Amino acid sequence: MKQYIYIFVLICSSIFISCGDGNTEKKSESIKIGTTPKEESPVTTQKSDASSMIDLTNKGIGPIKSLTLGATIDDALALKGQENFKLKCTACHKPDKKFIGPAPTGILERRSPEWIMNMILNPQEMVEKDPIAKQLLIDNNGSPMANQSLTEEEARSILEYFRTLK
Amino acid sequence: MKTSLKIVPIMIALAFMTGCDKTGNTNKKKGALGTNAAEKVYVAPGEYDEYYAFVSGGFSGQLSVYGLPSGRLFKVIPVFSQDAEKAYGYNEETKPMLNTSHGFVPWDDSHHPDISQTNGSLDGRWVFINGNNTPRIAKVDLTTFETTEIIELPNSAGNHSSSFVTENTEYVVAGTRFSVPIPQKDMPIKEYKGNFKGALSFISVDPEDGGMDLKFQILMPGFNYDLAHPGRGASHGWFFFSTYNTEEASTLLEVNASQNDKDFIAAINWKKAEEYLKEGKGKKVPARYAHNTYNETTHMATSTMMEEVMTLDASELPGLVYLLPTPKSPHGCDVDPSGEYIVGSGKLSANLTVHSFTKMLAAIEAKSFEGDAYGIPILKFEDVLAGVVDQAGLGPLHTEFDGKGNGYTSFFISSEVVKWKLGTWEVIDRQPCYYSVGHIMIPGGNSRAPFGNYLLAMNKITKDRYLPTGPEVTQSAQLYDISGEKMELLLDFPTVGEPHYAAGIAADIVMKNSKKIFKLEENAHPFASKSEADTKVVRDGKVVHVYMTTIRSHFAPDNIEGIKVGDKVYFHVTNLEQDYDVPHGVSIIGANTSELLIMPGQTETFVWEPKEVGVWPFYCTDFCSALHQEMQGYVRVSPANSTLPLSWSVGED
Repeated sequence: MKQYIYIFVLICSSIFISCGDGNTEKKSESIKIGTTPKEESPVTTQKSDASSMIDLTNKGIGPIKSLTLGATIDDALALKGQENFKLKCTACHKPDKKFIGPAPTGILERRSPEWIMNMILNPQEMVEKDPIAKQLLIDNNGSPMANQSLTEEEARSILEYFRTLK
Repeated sequence: MKTSLKIVPIMIALAFMTGCDKTGNTNKKKGALGTNAAEKVYVAPGEYDEYYAFVSGGFSGQLSVYGLPSGRLFKVIPVFSQDAEKAYGYNEETKPMLNTSHGFVPWDDSHHPDISQTNGSLDGRWVFINGNNTPRIAKVDLTTFETTEIIELPNSAGNHSSSFVTENTEYVVAGTRFSVPIPQKDMPIKEYKGNFKGALSFISVDPEDGGMDLKFQILMPGFNYDLAHPGRGASHGWFFFSTYNTEEASTLLEVNASQNDKDFIAAINWKKAEEYLKEGKGKKVPARYAHNTYNETTHMATSTMMEEVMTLDASELPGLVYLLPTPKSPHGCDVDPSGEYIVGSGKLSANLTVHSFTKMLAAIEAKSFEGDAYGIPILKFEDVLAGVVDQAGLGPLHTEFDGKGNGYTSFFISSEVVKWKLGTWEVIDRQPCYYSVGHIMIPGGNSRAPFGNYLLAMNKITKDRYLPTGPEVTQSAQLYDISGEKMELLLDFPTVGEPHYAAGIAADIVMKNSKKIFKLEENAHPFASKSEADTKVVRDGKVVHVYMTTIRSHFAPDNIEGIKVGDKVYFHVTNLEQDYDVPHGVSIIGANTSELLIMPGQTETFVWEPKEVGVWPFYCTDFCSALHQEMQGYVRVSPANSTLPLSWSVGED
């Protein structure tokens, strides 16, 4: 019985080690307990796999099937979006740096408008089924995107705000 | 139960004798496989029950919510007692809910829940329940399943014949058990007779927001008022109260209150009371009582002390009250769905007495009185009697109705439920209870339209029915299928103590209105932080306010410095989540109150008075996410004379 536990622990730790290798190259050589990190915290420097995934055709899963953005940014709507973002999202997202979740700056260069809307409106199903959202969940320590019960209108305003973040 | 029955020792002895015999027989003959009972109460994983049952907690002071037919417990709603699990009565917001004219009273004995009605049918908006001991009526909002209002009752003592609603929830009615000097004064107990009075309280309910207001009290002779039920249909406008101790004894009631052959059911014409009030016949008297309300937008309760109450004297106002002689110390006073029959369960009698509302009106019209009690006319027993259910059992206690022409009465001493027919008064069926059944409940029983499928029996003694747990064994209820001619016992299930009385309702009426979150933008709590940008720590002398937020899976701020020994620190914590079923919890080491449990969009506050320097941790106490164990923070406490400025942060090293 003891042996089985041993083997199980070995397998588990090898999984952890191999996962760790992929994501946190900077501190992969040895574990250092008791030292103060000198540079920026690992949270901000961590290289996300999903951030390099660019897919403008994936519309995600959720209520938004198709959405065409206006030729120019609707400033009033973006302003409203900024307010909604502040109220409902900033506990986990800073506009220009990774916090609990990724920063939305430049997101329209990586994701389709529909995908962004569906991620806001239907996060649970997205992180279960959408390949990018699934990867994001892993990249962000398994911290789930919270469903903040936004209306489509509110989510649309946030999307417009995101267009201003470049 | 202790409060309502006076011959307990004898009853228990009898129950033991009869009860044991019955288990022996039934358990051996019929296992679960002998019937399809298991199938009837089985609610498959992920499926819903058909009914909500709101079962009072008796001496726990709370109200528990079960599903029927499964008997599964969903929630214990804190009403009159503090609840560390939900911080009710511990957090700063809900402490005022338990304020009374006697100060903070964090417990009570909760007895008779009743569900609000519209046109004589349950509308599922509120549940009302009485606190017996420090007389109070509470209202539970069924969109949140939280206690949102408590009103204290002055001049009342042992608030027992409560809290029953009229058929449009015009009033919640609450009668005193004890008669007392009104107003209270220093006088010899022996001078009770003729000097004490009983107050029956009529609390109006605002049809829009449910706001309660103690509209008037009817001052009655110094009897004990045991239970009550509203008239309905033709008898709408009347309210019926059972009385005992019409002897007006102040000592050894188990003997002295059992002298009279008959006590009374008091019929109160509350429409007449309204007329008298309009005519200015009411008298406002000084009375101190607390009125506590909880606001779902500010997430805070306030307590207001009231100073006077309107009274009507039954002895002076003709036509307000009539007395119906009823044998012997009637407990249950139950009105059938048509409103015609008023059933008195004389608990020292073997018979059930059924009065007729039509006959009562005729007797009043004919002024056929037997005499009077303190100026209140006593009708003749034979004039108002509709019928008697003869020798139905021992110790009749409470009758419910199935809406199909049948009554069901619990018998405490003979431990059984008896089904009988309205009109013919014949006994149709009887089934044993394990053991010593008190009240029973058919969902919708107190309405024009009961849902007559199930009957719940709430038992006082469980003895050998469950695995032993020391001297105190589990409290218990039993479910019967009453859809057929014969009743069938389906299920025993343990309950929160004491399952005294219950109200039930079809689940679909309630569940569609159940709230999922509180909207953050509607949060008007004065110390709310609606985003992390609003979080801060503010010092005001020795008082420090921490404006904190929670979201999966961190606090903001989660590092706080500059707190000093001797400070009084208020943590005002807003849960920023806007998703269903994602509460967060929090408290800190050494907090002398309780943890918090904060619903999405809600703000709650706990107080911490650090007594030692150090760096003290706090963490989320409700498992919220995969990173729940990471949801934590520190507060640095410096000496009282420290000059370290306040600082706070999250995510900064």
